[in-house]
Amino acid sequence: MHNKTIRIWAWLHKWSSLVCTVFMLLLCITGLPLIFHHEIGHLLGTEVEAPPMPADTPRISLDKVLQIARAQHPDRVVQFVSQPEDSEDLWFVTMTPTPAPTDDFRSVAVDARTGAVLAQPRFDEGFMWVMFKLHVDLFAGLAGKLFLGLMGLLLLVAVVSGVVLYAPFMRKLDFGTVRRDRRPRLKWLDLHNLLGIVTLVWLFVVGATGMINTWADLMIKYWQYDKLSVLLAPYQGQATVPVGERASVQRSLDVALRAAPDMRLSFVAFPGTAFSSPHHTTFFLRGNQPLTSRLLQPVLVDARTAEVTASPHLPWYLTGLLVSQPLHFGDYGGMPMKILWALLDIASIIVLGSGLYLWLRKGQNSGQHLPKTPQAEQPAEGIA
Amino acid sequence: MKKPSHRSTTAIWGWPLLIGLSSGVGLVSGLFSDGGAGDVLAGICLAVPVAVGTWFGWLRRSSTTGSR
Repeated sequence: MHNKTIRIWAWLHKWSSLVCTVFMLLLCITGLPLIFHHEIGHLLGTEVEAPPMPADTPRISLDKVLQIARAQHPDRVVQFVSQPEDSEDLWFVTMTPTPAPTDDFRSVAVDARTGAVLAQPRFDEGFMWVMFKLHVDLFAGLAGKLFLGLMGLLLLVAVVSGVVLYAPFMRKLDFGTVRRDRRPRLKWLDLHNLLGIVTLVWLFVVGATGMINTWADLMIKYWQYDKLSVLLAPYQGQATVPVGERASVQRSLDVALRAAPDMRLSFVAFPGTAFSSPHHTTFFLRGNQPLTSRLLQPVLVDARTAEVTASPHLPWYLTGLLVSQPLHFGDYGGMPMKILWALLDIASIIVLGSGLYLWLRKGQNSGQHLPKTPQAEQPAEGIA
Repeated sequence: MKKPSHRSTTAIWGWPLLIGLSSGVGLVSGLFSDGGAGDVLAGICLAVPVAVGTWFGWLRRSSTTGSR
């Protein structure tokens, strides 16, 4: 590679990293506890679990569940209802002031067998909530998400340019060489290169899927505009179906499940909410295979008549979004994978930190560490 | 002091390529498995970058071969 080419890539690596490093450090650090959010929830006692009962214990109607939840918060509306991934004994009812998206929500956990209110977990406070918000949108809503997405894109640029620069750096070194007996800067340069290259694929995948996740809101909005507007044409001009005029939600659920055999309920979005239409109760069903359990099949059920209006296939970009999520969360391979995710995250923190250190210490002993081109044994300036 | 020769492309990229492939297989295989062989394979494959990084970065204290 020519000196000039190296300099261009070095410039790209320096500036893309410099701009995103602080935010990437924040994401790596806040992401660490989020990997273990289930386990931390258990430890803190905030994880709600239904008491064990015989498997054939009859379940109460979903309408009854909603009634119980509404009695807890008569001033609020139901936005979503969901069941935990691993249990059908529990309903989570999400209640907000209006059907519009908001951070002001209350969650009521209702026992699916007895109708007992098991807990009203607050997901919008405490340590994990702060970690979550810092990680997802910096408490700045969609703008925060898109900003972090842009930082993610810069990370990808930094990763790619870092890989390009790896070869000229390693031309005279064996793989894994860490020169400890020299200046600290040289040691940290070698560690930066070593950990950068071993975490390469993981960091690229986690960075790219994280970036894709920041577009989720926009993708859903686009899908609604693109596909649902056709389905909703017959309802044009009608207001959101009032609660009093809605058909039984249990009956609607049964109808939806019949329309998609071999699928299970993931969550229900009520009329007027971001994941439904003003005229439908939308049931999001998921498959029962490892991969299909990540994919969602929406079934739109007319909120007044409890008849299925449509069950449109998800477009490729939403399928991509759903498949990208586990690759970002690392929640699909049990505890060993979570531990490896955490270790790779820590390695990435060291790569980011050492990169920052190398830039801050730039100018001291300059030249020593820089790669030499085969054409001319001259140092390429301006790296790190 | 003897001038060291330049490493070939294979010498530079051999290890990184293996580690990258292993990471890729690990990331994907877990997606198709729920507590089965795919998860075990994912664990083994994703342990490779962690193990290599730990070994060369911290455990192999003495050797500085290849530097000059």
